[in-house]
Amino acid sequence: MKKMKARRLLSALTAAVLAVTSLTSCGSGEAAEAGSNMLYVYNWGEYIDEETIELFEEETGITVVYDEFETNEVMFPKIDANPSQYDVICPSDYMIARMIGEDLLEPLDWDNMPNAKNNIGEEYLLQAEGFDPGNVYSCPYTWGTVGILYDSSRVDEPVTSWDILWDPKYKDEILMQDSVRDLYTVPLKMLGYSLNTLDEQELREATDLLIEQKPLVQAYVVDEVRDKMIGGESIFGVIYSGEAEYTREENENLEYVIPEEGTNVWIDGWVVTKASRHKENAMKWIDFMCRPDIALMNFEYIYYSTPNVAAMELMDEELLENEVLFPDLSQYDNLEAFDYLGEEGDALYFEYWKEVKSS
Amino acid sequence: MKSRARFLKKIYIGLIFIFMYAPIVLLIIQSFNKSKSRAKWGGFTLEWYRTLFEDAGIIQAFTTTITVALISSAVAVVLGTAACVAMQRMGRRRKNIIMGVTNIPMLNADIVTGVSLMLLFMSIGMQLGYGTVLLSHITFNIPYVILNVMPRFNELNPHVYEAALDLGANPVYAFARTVLPEIMPGIGSGALMAFTMSLDDFIITHFTTGAGVYTLSTKIYSEVKMGIKPEIYALSSMIFVTVLVLLVLVNRVQHQMVRGEGDEE
Amino acid sequence: MNKNSKATLFLGLPYYLWAAFFIVIPLFMVVWYGLTDKTGAFTLANVLSIMRPAHMKALILSIVLSLGATVVCLLLAYPLCMFLVESQKKADSFLVMLLIVPMWMNFLLRTYAWQSILEKTGILNAFLNAIGLPSQHLINTPGGIILGMVYDFLPFMILPIYNALEKIDVNVVNAAHDLGANGTQTFTRVIFPLSLPGVISGITMVFVPALTTFVISSLLGGGKILLIGNVIEQEFTLAYDWHLGSGLSLVLLIFIILNIVVSTAFDRAEV
Repeated sequence: MKKMKARRLLSALTAAVLAVTSLTSCGSGEAAEAGSNMLYVYNWGEYIDEETIELFEEETGITVVYDEFETNEVMFPKIDANPSQYDVICPSDYMIARMIGEDLLEPLDWDNMPNAKNNIGEEYLLQAEGFDPGNVYSCPYTWGTVGILYDSSRVDEPVTSWDILWDPKYKDEILMQDSVRDLYTVPLKMLGYSLNTLDEQELREATDLLIEQKPLVQAYVVDEVRDKMIGGESIFGVIYSGEAEYTREENENLEYVIPEEGTNVWIDGWVVTKASRHKENAMKWIDFMCRPDIALMNFEYIYYSTPNVAAMELMDEELLENEVLFPDLSQYDNLEAFDYLGEEGDALYFEYWKEVKSS
Repeated sequence: MKSRARFLKKIYIGLIFIFMYAPIVLLIIQSFNKSKSRAKWGGFTLEWYRTLFEDAGIIQAFTTTITVALISSAVAVVLGTAACVAMQRMGRRRKNIIMGVTNIPMLNADIVTGVSLMLLFMSIGMQLGYGTVLLSHITFNIPYVILNVMPRFNELNPHVYEAALDLGANPVYAFARTVLPEIMPGIGSGALMAFTMSLDDFIITHFTTGAGVYTLSTKIYSEVKMGIKPEIYALSSMIFVTVLVLLVLVNRVQHQMVRGEGDEE
Repeated sequence: MNKNSKATLFLGLPYYLWAAFFIVIPLFMVVWYGLTDKTGAFTLANVLSIMRPAHMKALILSIVLSLGATVVCLLLAYPLCMFLVESQKKADSFLVMLLIVPMWMNFLLRTYAWQSILEKTGILNAFLNAIGLPSQHLINTPGGIILGMVYDFLPFMILPIYNALEKIDVNVVNAAHDLGANGTQTFTRVIFPLSLPGVISGITMVFVPALTTFVISSLLGGGKILLIGNVIEQEFTLAYDWHLGSGLSLVLLIFIILNIVVSTAFDRAEV
């Protein structure tokens, strides 16, 4: 009986305390669902200066629900299974091609987006035609390459090739990407193959290379590369060029290099979903993001190269000359963009990938 | 010899406690770390305990977590207790079938439960979000209530209830005065268990939530990859310390009650 | 009275409907998806895909790690519960409670914290180096995953065993002593058999979540450890193949049912 009493008391007390804490917190966070003037944004993790979201909300009166995804592959099933849940998304090139193919996207209303129309550089729009012919569905947001970030204080040889990631003396000092296409970029380029190959023999070779490398790899990660490299957990990390400048600010020994065998060059762009319930707001968002001052704010926060020439005009000379931020890609002849490989192609890569992960 | 054995036992218990609490201590320390990166100690700060209340995302996740837990355990208590009452009047076979179904969510793997609910919601065209999370939590909470309430019914003397009816009480009144007090402890522990399970659930929520709806668990999971915000450490430390203090207080009170009763004897 | 009990039966209706709609139908949906392909035709391919090397390796690794974690949990929890019950002090039931309290700290955070402890430049290695021992490499290895599982599920083992041990009548133990049983005999012939129901429910409560987890491996495995839970999760969230994911879920269900059958068989044998 005594025990029962104590238990009763315990449960009553706990419930009371939690009820009180939840009541006090209700007031501060409950505004989100009020009214229908909403915008659901789905973007990469750590890919925006959150202040720009607040500015957008202030200027337009639109309430933004902002969610983040880790990879294109995580984003796609969510959208395809439930196309109306997000209005504006920021996928990469090949994923935009896939979404166009699946009829998930709404043509952009360029005429009502003066900033987007005037501020994006011609060369980037031209490049974007590769996955979005006629620039109908997407507006470039950032671009860059994939390369090796390394701790120069702990490497005394020049880092020029992907094959340094197979050097046994760096066991447990290597971070690889945890998304299929980015991971396969490394062995495919090393072997001199296209990173869009569907040749089973070539994929077999690449898979074997990755399996061979696995004991040397500390972890397969995406955004964690940044923190781990800053903290000195690892010497090498395969990472997007945009992270280079940010990590160097935190740890000056970190250097970024595009290996000589070539790599992937990519564009991430804003798109609006066909099933979107707030299309007009979505277009406003894209245009807002292309405003020179906003693009500059984002650039200075995330340090990913921007295609916004009007924003570039506001930058210091010094920044523009920074080769990591604004590389002259014409000096490379082996850069490649990802193509969408079709459902079967994706499934093929995924099967090989599982083989690497389970080995 | 004996004291040495006792000493070793204490060491053993101590080691297990260190094992259980080391990560928690670390998380609490982390919440006072000025550096945003968990890899570095940047000095002591209370900053995160302040900014926590300005972070709409975290506050919203906390509110969602608590309201889902409260509503789902309350609904589970009502549905579950009603079902227990009904099962008292039921044949053995039908009762067994219902108890069998009730056991499924408890014995099944969370991942299968989560996936199955997601398939259901998708196929009937429900928009994933707060509603689907709530429905899912109610679903896995009811069994905990039934499991705690059912034994109380089995210990119940049915004649008391019938006697109350014979004496002219209407069924609701008779139930409230004779049955309810007896099953109350079961309801209490069932509700507490349901609440805790709901609070701690990640996997089922992960599969059944949609755009912009986070519980603390799913929020943390999405942040793990990009570096957890220090405010999360601050919030979790506050929750943990609150519960710990509560428990110690309850234990104190309980001790005093026990001692008091002992004195009377 | 009769009318009354009909009304009472009616009380259960909301729950029956609920259970049918949210427990039974969803399970049938998993079965349906698992046994059909994208065109809706019947197929066993999704279930049989467990034979693919990658899936098989993941399943075997899951079984090995979850069995390992269950054994470690049992070995840690049993003596602990013995010590706690033995001393019969009020303070010790409080200690048991303190072992459960960590569950109020979000389990993802608690698991994640192990990353800071175990990683190369982490706290454990800093400590080991400080006292002159070599660094240990646990993070992103199967050993690290077992550690994570043990940490997360140990309370599930402690609770039932403690309850079972606590219920054992001291007089039974004393009687065994009086009848000349030595310490070992008392344990193997009296105490352990009486605590067996607790042990079995502890094993079930640890084994199933450990077998099916994808969270611990993704937090502490560095993407290098692929468990069957990870495969299923990825089929739903990455590969977007609900049929394959459901088929593999069915395989998991077989293991869960097996586990239940075995443990109830043990339970019956005891009674």
